[in-house]
Amino acid sequence: MSETILDIERLSVDLPRWADRPQAVIDVSLALRRNEILCVVGESGSGKSVMARAIMGLLPAPHLRASAGRVLLDGEDLLQADAARLRAIRCRRISMIFQEPMTALNPVKTLSAQIDEVLAVHTDLPRRERTDRIAAMLESVRLSDARHLMRAYPHEISGGQRQRAMIAMALILEPSVLIADEPTTALDVTTQAGILALIRDVQRSRHMGVVFITHDFGVVAEIADRVAVMQHGRLVEFGEAAQVLNAPSHPYTQALIAAIPGLAPMNRPANGSAPLVLTVRALEKTFRASGRRGGRDRVVRALKSVELTIRRGETLGVVGESGSGKSTLARCIVRLVHADNGSVVVRDVDWMRLSRRQLRAHRRYVQIVFQDPFGSLDPRCSVGRLIAEGPIVCGVPQADALARAYSLLELVGLERRAADRYPHEFSGGQRQRIGIARALALDPAILVADEPVSALDVSVQAQVLRLLADIRDRFNLAMLFITHDLRVAAQVCDRIAVMRDGEIVEHGETARVYADPQHAYTRALLAAVPGRHWQASAVRTVAAGSASAFIEHHGAP
Amino acid sequence: MQVARGRARYIGRRLVQAVPTILVIVTLNFLLVHLAPGNAADVLAGEAGSATPQYMAYLRHQFGLDQPLYVQYLDYLKNVVTLELGYSFREGMAVRDLILQRLGPTLLLMGTTIVLSIGVGILLGLVAAGRPNSLRDNAISTFALVAYATPLFWVGLMFILLFSIELRWLPTSGMTNIAAFYTGWRKVGDVARHLVLPALTLSLFYMALYVRLMRSSMLEQSGMDYVVTARSKGLTERAITWRHVLRNACLPVVTMAGVQVGNLLGGSVVVETVFGWPGIGLLAFRALFARDLNLLLGIFFVAACLVIAVNIIVDVIYSVLDPRIRLR
Amino acid sequence: MSAKADVLAFCQRYARNRAALVALGVLVAIVVVAIAGPHLLRQGGPFELAGPPFQPPFGRFALGTDMLGRDELVGLVYGARTSLVIGLVATLFATLLGVLLGGIAGYYGGGADEALMRLTEIFQTIPSFLFAILVVAILSPSIESVIIAIAVVSWPPMARLVRGEFRSLADREFVQACVSMGMSDLRVIALHILPNCLSSIIVTGSLLVATAILTESALSFLGLSDPNVMSWGFMVGAARDFLQRAWWLCAIPGVAILVTVLAINLVGDGLNDALNPRLRHL
Repeated sequence: MSETILDIERLSVDLPRWADRPQAVIDVSLALRRNEILCVVGESGSGKSVMARAIMGLLPAPHLRASAGRVLLDGEDLLQADAARLRAIRCRRISMIFQEPMTALNPVKTLSAQIDEVLAVHTDLPRRERTDRIAAMLESVRLSDARHLMRAYPHEISGGQRQRAMIAMALILEPSVLIADEPTTALDVTTQAGILALIRDVQRSRHMGVVFITHDFGVVAEIADRVAVMQHGRLVEFGEAAQVLNAPSHPYTQALIAAIPGLAPMNRPANGSAPLVLTVRALEKTFRASGRRGGRDRVVRALKSVELTIRRGETLGVVGESGSGKSTLARCIVRLVHADNGSVVVRDVDWMRLSRRQLRAHRRYVQIVFQDPFGSLDPRCSVGRLIAEGPIVCGVPQADALARAYSLLELVGLERRAADRYPHEFSGGQRQRIGIARALALDPAILVADEPVSALDVSVQAQVLRLLADIRDRFNLAMLFITHDLRVAAQVCDRIAVMRDGEIVEHGETARVYADPQHAYTRALLAAVPGRHWQASAVRTVAAGSASAFIEHHGAP
Repeated sequence: MQVARGRARYIGRRLVQAVPTILVIVTLNFLLVHLAPGNAADVLAGEAGSATPQYMAYLRHQFGLDQPLYVQYLDYLKNVVTLELGYSFREGMAVRDLILQRLGPTLLLMGTTIVLSIGVGILLGLVAAGRPNSLRDNAISTFALVAYATPLFWVGLMFILLFSIELRWLPTSGMTNIAAFYTGWRKVGDVARHLVLPALTLSLFYMALYVRLMRSSMLEQSGMDYVVTARSKGLTERAITWRHVLRNACLPVVTMAGVQVGNLLGGSVVVETVFGWPGIGLLAFRALFARDLNLLLGIFFVAACLVIAVNIIVDVIYSVLDPRIRLR
Repeated sequence: MSAKADVLAFCQRYARNRAALVALGVLVAIVVVAIAGPHLLRQGGPFELAGPPFQPPFGRFALGTDMLGRDELVGLVYGARTSLVIGLVATLFATLLGVLLGGIAGYYGGGADEALMRLTEIFQTIPSFLFAILVVAILSPSIESVIIAIAVVSWPPMARLVRGEFRSLADREFVQACVSMGMSDLRVIALHILPNCLSSIIVTGSLLVATAILTESALSFLGLSDPNVMSWGFMVGAARDFLQRAWWLCAIPGVAILVTVLAINLVGDGLNDALNPRLRHL
């Protein structure tokens, strides 16, 4: 039993006057032991990031202030420390790494310059020794060819390498506490796995205490020793990982865990005789970005001869990491982007052969639900107009179109009155519902869902996924579901295609692919899913009942 | 080093790319002459009044006005390429020689202005952004606001009124004191004294522009994530400002400076006219007065080439400051 | 119904900026003077020789007389009209041209975009003031030629702005949703893209008016104004040789230009803040 190194006692952080609530963090007490990983979990608005910044004294003063409580690092209250003392402690006793390494690093300075700064500020080491230490540190975070990489700029290396460099920078003075604010959220799942392993190794070998902020329970299952759950600025649950993950006591935690899709694919009866609604053959797309300011052209082969089919009533999932071409595929199928070659046959008509004008009449059969709930609705249009506009353009009289809009709003779980309001008055989950209603307004045969739940909190995610499944069943729609999240894909898709570098490397029934992946990349993807060994199903059935009651009581998002 | 070689190749490529632009400008010149109402030769001779028949004949010959248009065009191109820019009857010299004679003072004025406006602009913007909405920020921002609205010629005249006429600190016009035949360092000092007011006048407007740009750029960069990272490393606020934010914040200013070069040359016409500074701006004004279109077009062409050259230099400087831009 | 609430909210936001409010008042006053002034003054017009030359201000003539005996106040009032008309009309043309070309280039991309980029690059290379001088000189100075010259050098910045806005909006998901619903390009541009970049266009337009007035005054200072029309720049230019003797002849019209341009800039800034409300808590 190691003692506590970081003790947070009744911390409260005030928000400025114009914010929607008075405090970001309310009376939170936590303790971090000397040799453990403590995961702080919560959805957006839970206050976890604010708390992390408060510990380091990095709150954007004067807007956010820690108004009450103490933060004791080895007995010393950081909230009372003056600026000079805080500066001396940072990086030396306690360090922090951030979510987005591209913006967290200065783009005009080399890696070695930025890491060297830490040494220059805190130590008296001569230059040569500093360089040696930097190289050694970079090697210890498994960056190969450290001497060469040191001289690189942040934009010249990959996201995973950047994050490793940040970890090296944070740990070079061997602090006893590391605060990690969602360091893997912006990374691909395979890269994430590597970083998680690195953090765990580093923590073990240096006997550090790590506070790991995340929203992903899978990550928690992967690395946490103890877990703290936050909601609306309060700490609702705190205990050993096994306890919280498998037998949570607080209803919020139970609801959150229940909302997480498992990796076990749901089995739906397959209907192999349904007609084909979409056939894609030999689809190719290459992007040429002309280099401005004298650079050379960059050539990116986004799609290399992709083929797929979807039947009526079936959901095909396209899974891949960033850069795999899945978004380009969706956009080429809908002809928002012009593919170079190939055919896209929708209901026996090849869209690639149609002119722009001819295409317009056919577009109604394939509709999209987009990823970003904040960018997918025109902020200047009322919700009713957004939904009714599609039918109106197709010649439906205005009154009928509006009536359809009303009924669709009710279908997706919103009130009729919503038609008169504007997008900014709704939450992210509600906006996605509006987007779905809009897509349905034209009575399409195929629904293309491009990462429709990636930008949503986990509890909201479950609801939107349920809605999509309902709609698909009710209207017998074919659905093309793009995602990077293997859990979500397992939940929704009958068949699945795995994409990498513009090609489909494996496809088949979801259950089969997950149980017995053939391609090495698919295996790597499945192996990288955090917390895949964690069996939450027991919790799920128990909590399902209380979860829906909890959500009803606290309001649907 | 490889980067230097890349830069040399880039400069070469930009010069090649500039050829079509220059071609368009030359064509534009040609069109402008023929667009003017009346016979081109009349236009070119202008209302000088003293256009002798020989000069008119010379003009007609030079422009081949009796020949078909495309032949005229090709001849004109050929002339321009060989820098045969014509003859200014009014001034009594070949256009090319006239321009070369006057180019130096204009370059001096422009160079001083660029250095002054960017230097002071960045400095004041830095100071203003250091403590936003403070007294010094408001003072600097107000100064920038007013300076940005002030007409160049008026500022110049007011400066002359104040510093030359009332206070007698600085000379009223010209580049040198012609009566006194200074040499060596005394000449440099003399030129410098004459340079103060014109450079200050021309800089004022652009200084205001760069102050505002630098201030907003500094504020924007101060909110960036890498600043939080730097703070988490234990750097002082001063170190963060000077070692991290400054360089990033300067980039838009450098870009803007490149964009403004053309306007700067235009402004020098006004400033050189007000101060009698013997550069190509004043030459342009005189050509305007004398309706000496030939000379005007020659100046226009040279000015455009100058802008292209400065733009290339600015792009190279930018690539030095911002490693994300790699010139290949 | 919400449009009215929008306008009200906008006015409230604008009014929060004290300087912009004052500037708006000043600008309105200048416009009123420009429109009504010439009718309220004596019939002679600005070129009439009203009295003995070099009369200082605050005497028989409110702002004195110039070197030929023309009334400075009358000249100032007529000059306001000239500056405003030229500034507004030239900017209107430049805006229309810029929005058209920039919009096409930004929305359709490809060849049209390349062509526009090349064109604006060339215009950026040409020293714009020299070009304006050339155009006016060739076409003979008149109000029309000055307006044409200013419009020709002003449209590239507007076109670049509109191109940038259209391009970023065309990539936004709500616009792509419209396209995927089968909407015609015209409808998408008119109903979805243009309303969302209107505020930027308005703000840039206001700044262009200020620049146009400065350019016009510089042109007329150099002697390139319509000889039948009084202009502030012309007044300063004509009085240049008499700086020592009657400095107010140079000073006063310049102050008029300064105040007008400053007012327009402040109004433009105020519009920008009111149309794009951000948290100004820095």
